[in-house]
Amino acid sequence: MNGIHDMGGMHGMGPINPEKKEPVFHTVWEGRAFALSMAVDGDWPYGADRYQIELMPPEKYLRQSYYEKWVTTLVELMVKTRMVTSAEIASGKAIERKTKARHVLTAAEVPSVIAAGDPASRNVPATPHFRAGQQVRARNMNPVGHTRLPRYARGKIGRIERDHGVFEFPDTSVNGFGEKPQHVYSVRFAARELWGEQAALQDSVYVDLWDDYLEPA
Amino acid sequence: MTTSRRDFLTAAVTAAGAAVTPDLARAQEHDHDHDHDHQVVPSDPALRVKALESLLVEKGLVDRAALDALIDTYEHKVGPRNGARVVARAWTDPAYKQRLLTNSDTAIAELGYGGLQGEHMLVIENTAKVHNLVVCTLCSCYPWPVLGLPPVWYKSAPYRSRAVIDPRGVLREFGLELGDDVEVRVWDSTAELRYLVLPERPAGTEKMSEEELAALVTRDSMVGVGKVTTQA
Amino acid sequence: MNGVHDLGGMQDMGPVQTEKNEPVFHEPWQGRAYAVTRAMGAWRKWNLDASRFQREQIAPVDYFRMSYYERWIVALVELMLKNRMVTPAELESGKPDPGSAKQTPPLTAEKVQILIAKGVPASRDVAVTARFHSGERVRARNINPVGHTRLPRYARGKIGTIHQDHGVFVFPDTNALFFGEKPQHVYSVRFAVRELWGEQAALQDSVYIDLWDDYLEPA
Repeated sequence: MNGIHDMGGMHGMGPINPEKKEPVFHTVWEGRAFALSMAVDGDWPYGADRYQIELMPPEKYLRQSYYEKWVTTLVELMVKTRMVTSAEIASGKAIERKTKARHVLTAAEVPSVIAAGDPASRNVPATPHFRAGQQVRARNMNPVGHTRLPRYARGKIGRIERDHGVFEFPDTSVNGFGEKPQHVYSVRFAARELWGEQAALQDSVYVDLWDDYLEPA
Repeated sequence: MTTSRRDFLTAAVTAAGAAVTPDLARAQEHDHDHDHDHQVVPSDPALRVKALESLLVEKGLVDRAALDALIDTYEHKVGPRNGARVVARAWTDPAYKQRLLTNSDTAIAELGYGGLQGEHMLVIENTAKVHNLVVCTLCSCYPWPVLGLPPVWYKSAPYRSRAVIDPRGVLREFGLELGDDVEVRVWDSTAELRYLVLPERPAGTEKMSEEELAALVTRDSMVGVGKVTTQA
Repeated sequence: MNGVHDLGGMQDMGPVQTEKNEPVFHEPWQGRAYAVTRAMGAWRKWNLDASRFQREQIAPVDYFRMSYYERWIVALVELMLKNRMVTPAELESGKPDPGSAKQTPPLTAEKVQILIAKGVPASRDVAVTARFHSGERVRARNINPVGHTRLPRYARGKIGTIHQDHGVFVFPDTNALFFGEKPQHVYSVRFAVRELWGEQAALQDSVYIDLWDDYLEPA
């Protein structure tokens, strides 16, 4: 969706202000938030957690820190999928005996889970519609659901640099229309194509885009 | 679970549509560091404005009576009733309507309206086939002389963002459903032109006087988010 | 600038919330805020374009948190500070600095009606060549200035048709930065919604945007 999260090209966000010797977690709760998000075996599809963040009202999105947003959306998804109830969140006490967790992660499993990851690639054949070197246009689409095609690239012409292979498609995965695995390409956009004549002639932005986002140019 | 953590999570559930609880995040320190001027507006703008006005009056930068006159004008003297009279005149006087559509500034001035934030007017006519809707996506531009100051919804992010991309959805929210046979034109007030919609005259009003007609015309119909009906 | 104020096309702002019989000002302070902004503008130390630009520079998180007139006041304070009409100490204390001279406000109660009736026209009676004409196909340029502009992001790079030439007006992009008025033609440009939003949009609908000559190129 065209949400505030889609920040590519925005001005007015202020200076970057990197912190010297920044700790991994600024507070204890940040670490716990991170761990909870990783450990909870939620029954929601690929992309749903990102989309849940995108659904936050803009003021809240801008105000909440990174891990605050993780916790906010984790709770929302757990309530949505009835892993917990709002009453339980409000009271802090378990009311229902049954748990909806499909798997409870153990400490012993952590190293292997981290090592294995959660690949979004799919070992299925899918016809690529484009090939390296080809000129393409990112489609001008404005779905209200989840998408990974940023607004700044829509309608812009780029060149296929590389075919990354076949991956789950988040747009359909999130809205319940299935994985729809398809090729993902690295697409090179000249900076001038994206931002106009003021941009440097030789610079570019590479964006990873799914097949469905593209059309021949 | 400690109180702060529970409150934090409770705040998260607020978004999931549960009971309303205070958002603790706001009470926490700013969690984003930045150098640029961060406007920390005190929780009571009323106090701040009062203090500001006093300071400026004391410095001789503003005249208090002038401030009172400005407020009085827009609270009591200038408002949508002006636009309603323009519309009613156009409905009853075809020659005026022609003038209104081709030279909006002067036609509106004939009725004594004009000036601030209406210096350059354009009147756009709704018909059975064409429905016009006015917005200012970039801020809140609005034809003050004929409609007064804009309502909160017109200046809000939801309206500003969606009017251009989902006009029919926005109209539906206002209770207006348009068919596929109707063309929607959205006017984004990016320059100093200010737009007034000339809504369609409802059926069954042939015997009404200009004054009675004016009483039917709503502000919403002149922005384009509604139609004029015989129930004012 | 590509600020959060440039809202056209955003989809996460929630439903439009209306209020029956909404008062002009919900609280007296809002009326005062409106009036003070107008009255300070009468000093002509800045112009309307600069005021808008100042509001656009409010930090994004505050832009959404603040109500409409709060934003006006915050931006006004910045403009007054920049133009040394008030000092930080005076804002803090609420009182004029010791030794500062009292001035005479240009906007008096008598002048208010004149201001409201005359307005502040942005049109300019100068002869400027129009580069485009009614019916012509144009493309809104893909510009991304960090300063003030009235070319919304959703229209950049899009092709439209000149609907009407409105005449010559002050150019906000330069005027906001006090680089001059650069008067030029402003056109009503019609964009098909499918051009703006893609195939999902209705076939027959359109958005008309008022655009300055400098924003356009032939298509």
